Amino acid sequence: MTNPRGRFGIHGGQYIPETLMNAVIELEEAYDHYKDDPEFNAELNSLLNEYAGRPSRLYYAKRMTEDLGGAKIYLKREDLNHTGAHKINNVLGQALLAKKMGKTRLIAETGAGQHGVATATAAALLGMECLVYMGVEDMERQALNVYRMRLLGAEVRGVETGTGTLKDAVSECMREWTSRIDDTHYCLGSVMGPHPFPTIVRDFQAVIGKEIKQQLAEKEGRLPDMLIACVGGGSNAIGTFYDFIKDESVELVGCEAAGRGIDTFETAATINTGKLGIFHGMKSYFCQNEYGQIAPVYSISAGLDYPGIGPEHSWLHDIGRAKYVAITDDEAVEAFEYLSRTEGIIPAIESSHALAYAMKVAPTMDKDKIIVVTVSGRGDKDVAAIARYRGEDIHD
Amino acid sequence: MTEIADAFRNGKAFIAFVTCGDPDLGTTESVIKSLAANGADLIELGIPFSDPTAEGPVIQGANERALAGGVTTDTIFDMVVRVRKDVKIPMVFMTYANVVFSYGTERFVKRCAEIGIQGLILPDVPFEEREDFAPACEKEGLSLISMVAPTSADRISMIAKEAKGFVYVVSSLGVTGTRTNISTDVGSITAEIRKNTDVPMAIGFGISGPEQARKMAVHADGVIVGSAIVRLVEKHGRDAAGPIGEFTKSIKDAISDL
Repeated sequence: MTNPRGRFGIHGGQYIPETLMNAVIELEEAYDHYKDDPEFNAELNSLLNEYAGRPSRLYYAKRMTEDLGGAKIYLKREDLNHTGAHKINNVLGQALLAKKMGKTRLIAETGAGQHGVATATAAALLGMECLVYMGVEDMERQALNVYRMRLLGAEVRGVETGTGTLKDAVSECMREWTSRIDDTHYCLGSVMGPHPFPTIVRDFQAVIGKEIKQQLAEKEGRLPDMLIACVGGGSNAIGTFYDFIKDESVELVGCEAAGRGIDTFETAATINTGKLGIFHGMKSYFCQNEYGQIAPVYSISAGLDYPGIGPEHSWLHDIGRAKYVAITDDEAVEAFEYLSRTEGIIPAIESSHALAYAMKVAPTMDKDKIIVVTVSGRGDKDVAAIARYRGEDIHD
Repeated sequence: MTEIADAFRNGKAFIAFVTCGDPDLGTTESVIKSLAANGADLIELGIPFSDPTAEGPVIQGANERALAGGVTTDTIFDMVVRVRKDVKIPMVFMTYANVVFSYGTERFVKRCAEIGIQGLILPDVPFEEREDFAPACEKEGLSLISMVAPTSADRISMIAKEAKGFVYVVSSLGVTGTRTNISTDVGSITAEIRKNTDVPMAIGFGISGPEQARKMAVHADGVIVGSAIVRLVEKHGRDAAGPIGEFTKSIKDAISDL
């Protein structure tokens, strides 16, 4: 789906300082070399299976299905992966690639902390140095993950500029990478940034959708009718969707964070409220003002609190292949509590956005329809924040 | 008519950068006049951006102050109209792709030509993505300035061959900001550029004062100073024009006999 310059329709590209151009070219060449290399893939698959615990389960949510009274709901349990989210799929791939390229140091941005934890984990596993940038606002929201990263041997650097959230952490990573390229790989956590990152991250996350296809064929002997995943930058969503893009009967739904509502300024719903722009290395949709200044977005979920979306999602939106809906904080928190009570699974607040849409749509569908919701991560990290949201002050 | 080449007709050129609207547009106007009166040969006018990924802390701070003060692309255009009555040296805008793109690239560039802006520097638009902006610039007679970095290596000839106005030679890895030492072998980069183009070259990133300016100017046709000027604005606020005038003289004096 990618043309040679990393375009998805009009989206994508490589809008970065000249200083980084040879670094991304070198990365693209290395990726092109290793992606079909049997030895590399054997090594990566062994890590994914033996270390990260793949394949992740496709679980029939019987009580949820019966309670909602409509379509049959399956949950793709990325929350059961080592480190608790889908992020590890991409990180193991990139870290291994970086190591093959002779890099000894990984830098990464993180929002909720899941990508930072995954990167710190891979760095520990492969004996690499690790530096994670995290907005100071997010460090407070996700204090537990900050400590986890430090425990894993990573340095966590707080970013105070801008809104002190994910976008500022990405900016800081780009600045750091321009100053130290030789030994450093920027382990980008989502399907965003300059080419080849959106393609590399998608390919490493595509395992989610491939497994769904195979597992559902075994259980039901057919394709699902709808796939639902949450979207910040959009890596678990594209991973879920990618193997089904050609299967036109399968409806693809991405759930953006509406924050306090798409009619307020406190939102992070990029497709629903943004417009075309160029930022963080890519042409795509961004929340911005009339002069192109990037908007200070908001969501209860640190992982979806980003003013842009990956270029392939923008393209899927343009051609009408995927639909992007906005889910508010309130709806996500209700889904968080609902899944905990109904299935005994505490989902990440990010994933709760996808679950919230499933709760809305399933009752409107016939009982012979099948929905697969990707539970991108587990919610332990969010428990204290949700308690605060409900007016209870507990310590992390 | 003013053109970028004018900047390189008075010995080694001193190219000065200032962030528009830091802390307000009145100050920027007085700073521009002071720069021009004290020997600057070309002025880069920074249009602030919310997330300037190529800038170090000093210019990031200027961007934040300017946006907090309420400047917009349109109020900056109006300021240029006012200042153009007195200032005759070439001026270019330096900003980020999204500022131009969101305004409408053709509309933005057309307005630049009308108000007497000679070029555009977009640090997040490398050679491969020029096509989004180059045709509009070409049509309106603006130079889209090309940048060469210490990591450009085999890319130098390709970039230099397409260069318009001047080649912006990035002296060091990393973001903008003053440095105590510039360790890059700048001379070999400028020599490689010169093999491929006759367009003048100016070196920027990290130049803090007259001594460093002189060292760098040996290798090129001019030097670019940004953060050191912005720091004077940060320190002196609305009274920055005076100290910036003195600073400008010191830089121009240090390079003019080369």
